[in-house]
Amino acid sequence: MMPVVEVKNLRKEFDGTTAVADVSFAVERGETVGLLGPNGAGKTTAIHMLLGLIIPTSGSISVFGADLEKSRVDILARCNFSSAYTSLPYNLKVWENLMICAGLYEVDCARQKAHSLLDMFEIAHLKDQITGRLSSGESTRVNLCKALLNDPELLLLDEPTASLDPDIADKVRKILQQVQQEKSITLITTSHNMKDVQEVCSRILFLHKGRIIADGAPDHILEKFQQQSLEDVFISIARGGDLMVKEPT
Amino acid sequence: MRWRHVRALVIRYTILYTRSAPRVVEMFFWPFMDLFVWGFVTMYLLRVNGAHPSLVTFLLGAMIFWDIIYRAAQGVSISFLEDVWSRNLLNVFVAPVRVSEFIAASYAVGLLKVLTIALALTGGAYLMYSFNLFSMGFALVPLFANLVIMGWSIGMLTTALLMRWGQAAENLAWAVPFLIQPIAAVFYPVSVLPAWLQPVAFTIPASHVFEGMRQVLRGEPLNVERLIWAFVLNLVYLALAAWSFNHMFHVARRKGLLTKLFT
Ligand SMILES: Nc1ncnc2c1ncn2[C@@H]1O[C@H](COP(=O)(O)OP(=O)(O)O)[C@@H](O)[C@H]1O
Ligand SMILES: [Mg+2]
Repeated sequence: MMPVVEVKNLRKEFDGTTAVADVSFAVERGETVGLLGPNGAGKTTAIHMLLGLIIPTSGSISVFGADLEKSRVDILARCNFSSAYTSLPYNLKVWENLMICAGLYEVDCARQKAHSLLDMFEIAHLKDQITGRLSSGESTRVNLCKALLNDPELLLLDEPTASLDPDIADKVRKILQQVQQEKSITLITTSHNMKDVQEVCSRILFLHKGRIIADGAPDHILEKFQQQSLEDVFISIARGGDLMVKEPT
Repeated sequence: MRWRHVRALVIRYTILYTRSAPRVVEMFFWPFMDLFVWGFVTMYLLRVNGAHPSLVTFLLGAMIFWDIIYRAAQGVSISFLEDVWSRNLLNVFVAPVRVSEFIAASYAVGLLKVLTIALALTGGAYLMYSFNLFSMGFALVPLFANLVIMGWSIGMLTTALLMRWGQAAENLAWAVPFLIQPIAAVFYPVSVLPAWLQPVAFTIPASHVFEGMRQVLRGEPLNVERLIWAFVLNLVYLALAAWSFNHMFHVARRKGLLTKLFT
């Protein structure tokens, strides 16, 4: 079967800084991939390239078997995105924002869809709130409703739980997991939160200085680096990662 | 072009505007301040110099017409800025929205904004200074259309500058209309300009519109040749502006600017 995402020798330079050095990977349908890595590793840049927000310096990206640059709009119609760093227009009501996004994604039965998503994230009572007045936890959940509105086949998330307290973060993870499994969504998410990755992702791509230095199931990664937890792996790579880039085990 | 996308974007901006009292006030505040000032200036001129009464109509007509260009331009670039300010730009550009749909939506917003303000100003000018813009009759339609199209071009150029250079370009971006104003024959005919500047003035669509406006207000028929000139020039500039927007969008995606704008 054709992979949902296929990235080959992806590279991005910004005036001298190399954000993504040379990255190749393929993601199959229904896989849940966590992009893990220290600050500045190139996770956000990679996600933005997958969304066509940033054009790569070199390399190729194909999504659903089509070249991203050539079929950007058609591909985007089958994807969605949410990030702790974006928000929906703040002076619109939550409901208005969702209906407008439904228009942009040409969602059928938009009202019904929006209602069930709001219920699922337990924020139905916020329907008529002004988006700008929401707490960051509430606004993250609204963003996730938006991100699931078009039943995306590929869902890209950038630090989805960054602003959530442990309780809500846990709920959000459970919901994401449930939706992902029900619809076998392909999920690529970045996170600083090891729990996110450990619970939700079946596979981890460990990024360091723009390169993938480990790729595999969480258990496999622990084994490979001989650590007890992903957090330990993270710290050991963040501090000694240069060595590993030179001598991959 | 998918109309559902355009409609969704337009609805969004419309709610954005009508929901916020400061925005509504701001929308009418400056145009009406202009109307007061120019109205009283013309009254004063009439009294002191015994100037020709048509001066009043010229100046008020010019003021309203200029505002049409300015507000159409602003309407176009503000749609983009609203997205930047509310950190929503990424949500728009990760949605399956074509650049052409985004542009069409901001044109529609510019047009809606202009229609609202122009109608209010026309009403105000009639009540306060007995100046009836509608006395221009049918000629008003093509003149208005040309002003709006020129406003669109300016707005799109402004947006392209903002997208490429962000906050650093903000002052310049808002100044674009005022760079054009002196040679656009807004408040005085092209013949007032020095001879070498006159051909330059006629490369601006607005010059032809404002000359046409004065003809009509003098009671002469509208010169069709002027209208054609305005229209052809407008199409050229509109195409150039669309090209530069598209180009800057590409540059912004290459340099990673969309994700960093105004942060
Ligand atoms: N638009 C940009 N312009 C210039 N440099 C950038 C831009 N985006 C990211 N970078 C740089 O690229 C590197 C990777 O950034 P990023 O992808 O945001 O990392 P991460 O999300 O893993 O923390 C950083 O050094 C960052 O400064
Ligand atoms: Mg990041």
